[in-house]
Formats: sequence, structure tokens, C-alpha cells
Amino acid sequence: MRKGSVLSAFFGVIRRDALSLWRRRADALNPIWFAAIVITLFPLALGPEAAKLARIAGGVIWVIVLLASLLSLDALFRADLEEGSLDVMLTSAQPLAVLAGAKILLHWIATGLPLLAITPLAATALGLSPRALPVLLTSLALGTPIISVIGACAAALTAGLRRAGMLLSLIVLPLVVPVLIFGAGAVEASLTGTSTTQPLLLLAAGLAAAVSLGPLVCAAALRLGNH
Amino acid sequence: MNPFLIWLNSFGSPEKFHRVALRFEPWLLALAVILGATALYLGLVKAPADYLQGESARIMYIHIPAAWMSLFIYGFMAAAGFCALVWHFKVAELMAMAAAPIGAGFTAVTLVTGSLWGRPTWGTYWVWDARLTSELVLLFLYFGVIGLYNAIEDQRKGARAASLLALIGLINLPVIHFSVNWWNTLHQGNSINLFAGKSSIHPSMLWPLILMAFATKFWFGASLLARTRAALLEFEAGKEWAQTALFGPRRPLA
Repeated sequence: MRKGSVLSAFFGVIRRDALSLWRRRADALNPIWFAAIVITLFPLALGPEAAKLARIAGGVIWVIVLLASLLSLDALFRADLEEGSLDVMLTSAQPLAVLAGAKILLHWIATGLPLLAITPLAATALGLSPRALPVLLTSLALGTPIISVIGACAAALTAGLRRAGMLLSLIVLPLVVPVLIFGAGAVEASLTGTSTTQPLLLLAAGLAAAVSLGPLVCAAALRLGNH
Repeated sequence: MNPFLIWLNSFGSPEKFHRVALRFEPWLLALAVILGATALYLGLVKAPADYLQGESARIMYIHIPAAWMSLFIYGFMAAAGFCALVWHFKVAELMAMAAAPIGAGFTAVTLVTGSLWGRPTWGTYWVWDARLTSELVLLFLYFGVIGLYNAIEDQRKGARAASLLALIGLINLPVIHFSVNWWNTLHQGNSINLFAGKSSIHPSMLWPLILMAFATKFWFGASLLARTRAALLEFEAGKEWAQTALFGPRRPLA
């Protein structure tokens, strides 16, 4: 049997996951609906006072993005585990980290990117200062892949459990607190006129670490759960 | 292999671990009680009240050592988890998992004492201060590790999965440690610096703290050994050594 290259395995996993995502595209939009609904809840709960909403918009959007990303995590490896393709991945001749990396990348494309795309709309609706919008988008662009990586590691650890939803949030949320702090902190800094360089650089450093180490940790977590 | 490593490796044997742990436990416990009692006496009776915060500052003799332990035990748990993941030592797995509830306990003590101290001093039980919040996050991290361990039916698999989670959680430790320096919020900065030799705290207040820090370390040691031993006995209950340890040597049937 021809072994194929690592790269073709990487893109093979991406193509397969993208295809299955496309076939259930209504489900794939769930995080977006969730985010849109929760954003409308804030003015209803806190009152429509524009100044107050503008003040908290950055943090609110960050928290919502975080929670919305959690929604699709549980299914990340569970479906593969149930239908047996995870076993194929585990016994594959290709490095498991590469395959896990492909799945993480697709998770980000399917959840992080759409959330990023609706952020300008949400930010405008909440009245976030246009000055802070580029910072919010940059912080989300740097932060959401970290959330996908950490979330994928947690999903890999809990994939074998029958009911993992609650446990998954308990595991993921404390771990992504630094991301939230620096992400929302950057927006806050741009609102108060202080330098946004430090939090954004820390996020970028986190992203570099997550991208380089994440797939390896995720692969180790998958092996732990399934041998 | 050098003799030290062989000696160290022999603790991977549950039977030997049980024997050695049983011998060390009472000593560690005694040291913890003696040092702790001395520290409490020095701190609560001998040391002067703080010029700014008065008597309420005395809670620091419990609060600060507990806070140190909350981080120390997390580091220990991750280190034991690392050994468990790399070498599959059963004792290391059980040790990492035995450490988690102790660490969660110290974290809870830190939060409760800090909150009790905050009421008279800051005028509130809780503020969303960087140190407090990151300590709360640490508690959640412990809960996550314990939760994952308990959720997975296969005990050894669960221990290793939870160990990996503990290792991932290490990324949060620097955030907690530096939180006081990174965000200028309500919690005071570090005033104790043992190694640079410049602590901004009077020796009469520093000594009870150091003694208490050692007392909590010894208490952790005793408690860790006892918990690991119990977990080992439970895990290997069917084995001969465990039966002997529990019920004494087997007598021939009359």
C-alpha cells in the first residue's frame, strides 16, 4: 500500500471534515445563532443605555465567543470515535499530531472564523467605539485559535465519556482565562487610550505556543483515551 | 544504572512504597503539628499586631502558607503527573491524584481566609481582584482534574488523562504568580523575598510564616503518603502484599 505524504494526510482530514461539515451546515451555524441570540440578551437584561453597552461591548463579545466555541467542541472527536475513524487515525502511518492539527484547524475555520466575521456587526450593534474595533478583531483573531487548541485537547481527553458536556466546560474555561484576560484587556486598553501592544503580544506568544505544542498535546490526549 | 536511581525506582513497587510511607507518616505528621503549633503561638501571641491592619493581619499566618501550598501542590501534582505519563508508574499516578484534593483544600482555605480578612480591611468579602480571581481559577483547575479523574471508569486511564490535564493547566501558574505585578489591583504586592534577602517584613512576623510554611509542607507530605497508601491498598486489594498489610501475615489453616 502506498503510504502517501504527511501533507496529503493533513489535507485529506481537512477535506473530509469540511465535507461532513458542509453536509450538516445547518448544525454548523449553531454557534453563530447562539452568539447572535446572547448578544441581543445583553441590552434586554442591562437596559438599552448606549454608553453602558459601549463600555462593556468588548468584554461581552469576548465571553460570548468563548461560550459559543465551547458548543461545537464536544462533537470534535466523539463522532470520529463512535464511527471508528478515530481508530484509523490512531493506527495511521501518519503522525497523529498532524491529523489532530488538521481537525483543530477545521474547528477554528468552522467556529472561530464565522464568529470573527459577525463581530463587526455585533460590535456596531452594541455601540463599541469604532476605534476599538480593529483591536477587538485582532485580539479575537489571535485568541480564537488558542481556544480551539485548548478546547480540542480537552475534547480529546473527554471523548470516551458518555456525558462530557459539563466536564468539558469545567476543564476548558479555567484554561482559557488568560486568553480572555488579555483579549478583553486589549480592547479595554484601546478604550482607555493606553497601549494595546503588551496584551496583543502576549496573545500572539500564546498563539505561537498553542499552534506549535497544541497538536502534540492533543495527540497525546487522544492516545491516552483510546489504547 | 547508578545506585541512586535504582533506589529511587524501587519506590515504584507498591509494596515497598506502602512500607516506607507507613514509617514516614507519623514523623511527618508530628513535625507538622509541632511546627504548626509553634508557628501559631509565635504568630498569634508573640508577634506584634500590624501597625496598619491591627490584629486582623494575623490571619496571614494561615492565609499566606496556604496560598503557597495551593501553588506548590499544583506544581507537585503536575510533576507527579509527568512521571505518570512518561514512565507509567502506578505510584506516581495515584500520588498525582491523591495530591489534587489536598491542593484544592489549601486553595479553598486561601480563598476563605482571604475573604474573611478582606471584610474588615477592604470592606468587602470579595473583589474581582487579579490575585483573588486567579486563585479562584486555580480552584476550578483542581476541580477539573478531580472531575476528569472521577469521570473515567478505568482508574489508571483516568489518572493519566487527569495528569495530562494538570500539565496543560501549568500554563496558568505563571499568570497567577505574576498577577499581582501585571495588574495593579487591590491585592498587595509580594513583600517576602527569601532569596534576594530583602523582605519588607519584620523578622518577628517573618519567622512564624516560615515555620508555618514548613508545617504545611510536612502536613502535605503526611497526608499525601496516607492518601496514596489508601489508594494503593484499594487498587491492589486482591494482591498478596495488600492482604498482608491489611490483615497481617496469612496463617496456615488449622
